[in-house]
Amino acid sequence: MSIKIGIPRALLYYEFYPLWITFFELLGAEVVISSRTNKQIVESGVQHTVDEACIPVKLFHGHVVDLRDKVDYIFVPRLRSICKGEYICPKFCGLPEMVRHSIKDLPTLIDITIDCIKSNRDLKNAVFAAGNFLTEDRDLITTAFQTAYIAYKEHKMILKKQLFPPFKRKKIMVLGHPYTLYDSYLNMDLLQKLEACDTSILTPEMLPKPVISHYAQNFDGQLYWSFAKKLIGTVLYLKDTKSVDGVIYISTFGCGVDSVVAHLVEKIIRRDTTLPFMLITLDEHTGEAGINTRIEAFIDMLKWRDSDENHISSHG
Amino acid sequence: MKITFPHMGNLYIALKAVFEDLQVEVVTPPPCSKKTLALGTQYAPELMCVPFKLTVGNYIESIEKGADTLFMWGGCDVCRIGFYNTLQKDILKDLGYDIEMICVESLNTPQKIRKFFKQLCEVANTTHSFALIALFIKGIQLVFRLDELEELMIHARPREIHAGSVDILQASFEKEIRTTHGYKETYSLIDTYKKKIQKIEINPTKEVLQIGIVGEIYTVVEPFINFELVKKLGNMGVDVHRSVTTGKFVREQLDFLPFMHSNKKNVHRAAHPYIEMDIGGHCRHTVGDTVLFGEKGFDGVVHLLPFTCMPEIVAQSILPTVEKDKNIPILKLVLDEMTGEAGYVTRLEAFVDLLWKRREYAQDEKMLSRN
Ligand code: SF4
Ligand code: SF4
Repeated sequence: MSIKIGIPRALLYYEFYPLWITFFELLGAEVVISSRTNKQIVESGVQHTVDEACIPVKLFHGHVVDLRDKVDYIFVPRLRSICKGEYICPKFCGLPEMVRHSIKDLPTLIDITIDCIKSNRDLKNAVFAAGNFLTEDRDLITTAFQTAYIAYKEHKMILKKQLFPPFKRKKIMVLGHPYTLYDSYLNMDLLQKLEACDTSILTPEMLPKPVISHYAQNFDGQLYWSFAKKLIGTVLYLKDTKSVDGVIYISTFGCGVDSVVAHLVEKIIRRDTTLPFMLITLDEHTGEAGINTRIEAFIDMLKWRDSDENHISSHG
Repeated sequence: MKITFPHMGNLYIALKAVFEDLQVEVVTPPPCSKKTLALGTQYAPELMCVPFKLTVGNYIESIEKGADTLFMWGGCDVCRIGFYNTLQKDILKDLGYDIEMICVESLNTPQKIRKFFKQLCEVANTTHSFALIALFIKGIQLVFRLDELEELMIHARPREIHAGSVDILQASFEKEIRTTHGYKETYSLIDTYKKKIQKIEINPTKEVLQIGIVGEIYTVVEPFINFELVKKLGNMGVDVHRSVTTGKFVREQLDFLPFMHSNKKNVHRAAHPYIEMDIGGHCRHTVGDTVLFGEKGFDGVVHLLPFTCMPEIVAQSILPTVEKDKNIPILKLVLDEMTGEAGYVTRLEAFVDLLWKRREYAQDEKMLSRN
């Protein structure tokens, strides 16, 4: 029977899942992904995490609990830096510790450290460390990782193809951490709801990285966080290209990174563009009705601006 | 040029003296107050951590008092501190203040120190970097002496015979320091007060509780934000031990220098079974010092953290395990602009009561087992 490795469907799962799934499968493991976020996961997450933690970290704990009795290992990497010179968030860095001290009776954690602060090549160490849980064969690990990396890149390409979706009336840039944008339970199907309103969605994931990096250089100040660089780069790109009709930022309550980044993003947009902007802050208690009303009002406003300028019927 | 800097405990005393010796006019920010915090809260992003808000308040108050140059620190870190300068510059610019800013990054490598001196040369309008280095060392000396003075007060407070003796001296020190200028005067005033404190009548054998304070540095050393925790505990009959102080922080930053020693390695070693990495902020210290306090047999630990403080939330998740392993009760106090003093004091008093009871209980147990 093959070894079962659980991957929590939370945090950077949304960024890297094709990579790690392929990698572990090629090394002969059976990969089990935790269920999609649901009420029970939210509740057990809240119950197993310190009150002050942000919702995404609470959800992560919930997903770990979901996997606890189903697998031999759970993949909980410690991420300090995923790109040279950039950090992520202190909580990513202490994730295995938080999990280990908050949840009892855990299977072994694959708690490898990913720290590329000095050089991107340091990723290698993490890959071998992860692979060693399954095999000693370094060649096998190398090939598995190379293949997995290609799978990951292909997945990224697919995301980018969505950059030119079929023509719709309005284009909206939705900003936020990938794990708030792509966890539709957490954001209450926000992306689907927007699409249903005859708008097409753009996320930072859909923009090519070099473009984002290029624009991020225009920022006056140092961007120490990968996430800040991505979002601020994206916003500076929007400012120059004016390629969308409105911007929505989905943030989560208690997120230290958002307290800085959402502020900077809002500032740039309000100061340097005329784009409508809306900040949605999610927490455990956010009601769906309230969100729906805000989305509808936002979309109405976009259309109204249009009809005002171009005399197009608002019923169209 | 009129220079100012943010408050962080007693650091202002050392900074002021050093800048004065550089012949720079100094505007010391008014002590942190409700007004400072209100100003900071008004102009800072809503969900920023409270140290940021208070420093913004300090800047605004100083600028209104005539400061035109800001001396700020920050720099690359895993945490939000890396963004302090960028955001603060932006906020002050929006407020229409025309000011010069000197940003110091952390000083943990020789290159960074060199850069720091270059900036200092600009401030002082001098090229005599030797004199500057000498002055820099003097500044550090002051920080250390101030720490010592504080330690003396902390030791005397719970043991004083006449209630309030230490607090009276502390108040008069803080008043006199305002009219003291330069290194020499400051040094000798600190010295005078050290002697005065040592002369306070105390009961050296009085039974006192031993409580460690751990957490994010700013909330530990800035009395305004922690409602004068150190003083309050002292007056409740507690000997207080702080995990981080300005002096310790300076030591740790500079301990690659041959003449500088810190306890950092020890703390990291103690933290190691629980957390191995530097994840930003003071997480490793919080955990490591709690372990050490537990091993020393302290009665309890108070964990201070700003609301939404990322590294301390990680520490907070780990601390229950340490609490159990080392059998040391921990009181967590989350601080921000909404924290009310009344509730805070109630929790503190309840905690101190609990620790006394625990101690009595332990002593009874010992007696029983002996008989
Ligand atoms: S980036 Fe924000 S949401 Fe993500 S883990 Fe850190 S604090 Fe939480
Ligand atoms: S350590 Fe805490 S207080 Fe300091 S910058 Fe980070 S979040 Fe803010």
